[in-house]
Amino acid sequence: MRTFLLGALFKGTATIAPPVPGADALEEVARALGERARQRLGRSLSIREVDAGSCNGCELEIHALNNPVYDIERFGLKFVASPRHADVLLVTGPVTWNMREALLRTYNAMPEPKWVVALGDCAANCGVFAGSPAVVGPLADILPVDLHVPGCPPAPIEIVKGLLALIEARAPGP
Amino acid sequence: MSAIGPLAGLIAGRDAAPDGYVRLDVEPEVWTELAQGCAAGSHDLSALWVDDDRVCMALGGEGLRAIVSLRTEAGAYPSVAAHHAPAMRLERAMRDLHGVRPVGLPDTRPWLDHGRWPGRESAARYKFLTAEGEGLHQIAVGPVHAGIIEPGHFRFTANGETVVRLEERLGYVHKGVEGLLAGADVARGAAIVGRISGDSTVAYAWAFARAVEAALGWAVPPRAVLLRGIMAELERLSHHINDVGGICNDASVLTINARCTLQREDVLAVANACFGHRLMMDRIVPGGVTVDLSADGIGRIRGLLSRLEETRAEILRVYDSMPSLQDRTVTTGIVSPDLVRQYAAGGFVGRAAGRAFDTRKNFPYAPYDQLPFDIKTRTTSDVDARLLVRMDEIAESLKIVGLMLDWLALGDIRSCGPAAVASEGAALVEAFRGDVFRSVRIAASGTLARVHVRDASWFQWPLLEAAVEGNIVADFPLCNKSFNCSYSGHDL
Repeated sequence: MRTFLLGALFKGTATIAPPVPGADALEEVARALGERARQRLGRSLSIREVDAGSCNGCELEIHALNNPVYDIERFGLKFVASPRHADVLLVTGPVTWNMREALLRTYNAMPEPKWVVALGDCAANCGVFAGSPAVVGPLADILPVDLHVPGCPPAPIEIVKGLLALIEARAPGP
Repeated sequence: MSAIGPLAGLIAGRDAAPDGYVRLDVEPEVWTELAQGCAAGSHDLSALWVDDDRVCMALGGEGLRAIVSLRTEAGAYPSVAAHHAPAMRLERAMRDLHGVRPVGLPDTRPWLDHGRWPGRESAARYKFLTAEGEGLHQIAVGPVHAGIIEPGHFRFTANGETVVRLEERLGYVHKGVEGLLAGADVARGAAIVGRISGDSTVAYAWAFARAVEAALGWAVPPRAVLLRGIMAELERLSHHINDVGGICNDASVLTINARCTLQREDVLAVANACFGHRLMMDRIVPGGVTVDLSADGIGRIRGLLSRLEETRAEILRVYDSMPSLQDRTVTTGIVSPDLVRQYAAGGFVGRAAGRAFDTRKNFPYAPYDQLPFDIKTRTTSDVDARLLVRMDEIAESLKIVGLMLDWLALGDIRSCGPAAVASEGAALVEAFRGDVFRSVRIAASGTLARVHVRDASWFQWPLLEAAVEGNIVADFPLCNKSFNCSYSGHDL
């Protein structure tokens, strides 16, 4: 174990340089949030993730955000277990009828102010599952969406850029 | 149990279709005999589904594969689960989705239908199974879990810290996949199938492609076959290393997990550089593959193989040196090998219990029919065994990826499809979790009339319930991670 830890120490840093927030995402978030939200919580966001019908592809890439390469906690972004501790609801998948209530309950359990991010093409427009009677519809039909991160699934770096936009837009002015 | 099971006798003298399956229509008596044969261990139940006015059952035995079908009587047919419990959830789902009536089905609670679908709403509460005794309490978990995982509900009945009964309730991510596939063209079918369980997108797409190719007599260029194999092994490697990290993480050894997630990222980055998509979605299509591997890509994969081998050896060394970690994994979450055999559980769940079944070996398909590798089994059937089987399989995969790269010769990567005819095809492919089954019926117009998808998890989820019994609640995450069953692949 000791050599394993020492080896890891001397291997150099795996973490990549911080990316620039996505331009499209910044614009969308700025539009959605306005001045009021910018003043609230500083540069830190707690995120509650809910799979509302995803194929698990998006979850794999969200998981990757916690690996040493992306290490999103360095940006003040943190995944939390309880919706009571969350500022952001990060939703994947076309919302299924069977998950609709659990999704709404999670959203309702979150304190104000709160933001909703639709992650992946399914959350935006149901992707290949559009038209299925088992699917309610895109997330925006059910909850107010502040930011879309497109992709099937979005690569982790794109997710980081989108979430950074959320922080940048929310950061208090100088 | 006779020396010759009912299956062997039944299909003796009949020719198998190009997909390796003998197909035959049976009468209700024979259907029931075959169900009893599953229970007696003469053959394995591989899949069970509804196709129009028929119910179909895929069966496997020593070198035998058959798909039998039975015409229902206005939806009624003799239940398989009445004799063979592993069919229980399959038949409950068939009732929900197709309205068939398995006569004699012991558990008639809905499974995928939660009473939420428009036009079929029901306020009836789902009745969990009971456990009675002094001091028992229940813990309800999910569908939204603490971590970033798929949704499902777990109902624990515990006595103090010890789990007396776990009951799963799934179906939350049911997206009506098979309904969408019916009537779709083959290209759209491939796109949907690749998104049924995103973690197994390569294996799913491959199984679908093989079923379509078998149905239409569609030949695949040799280079494409090898590229499929390389992608499938990269997918397996990425999950196995990740699962090892995940199990250690659930025992609070975060350093091993950090190293494993880093290694997984390495695999995905190489996959992206070589094939243009981190999870390699939409890369396998009927007729071949959509992207070629460049000389530069071959070099990248070779580099990856040596880094992975180094990580594997190092993780294994650290794992072996930590009694406190093994204290959590050894003798935790044991499933009896008899249950594993009864459920014909594939993947690491089966192989950790001594069930030496791997589709790549038992029903080999190209390129695995030419590749030398071993099926690694363990016998303790606990979390430790499921972790070590993954470690063993990583070594085997690394070996065969190297060989496939050696064998890659220049050539086409995709062939044009033959003219559409009304036809059927099926395929079994070894995903990282175990065998996934696909059956495809193509209409004369060339569209998909019926596609059935069965994930390995259907026969693994019920065993997780058995594995957890008698363990402490705090060890559930370890047991669960060591199974790592699919929700989306199961819920369809």
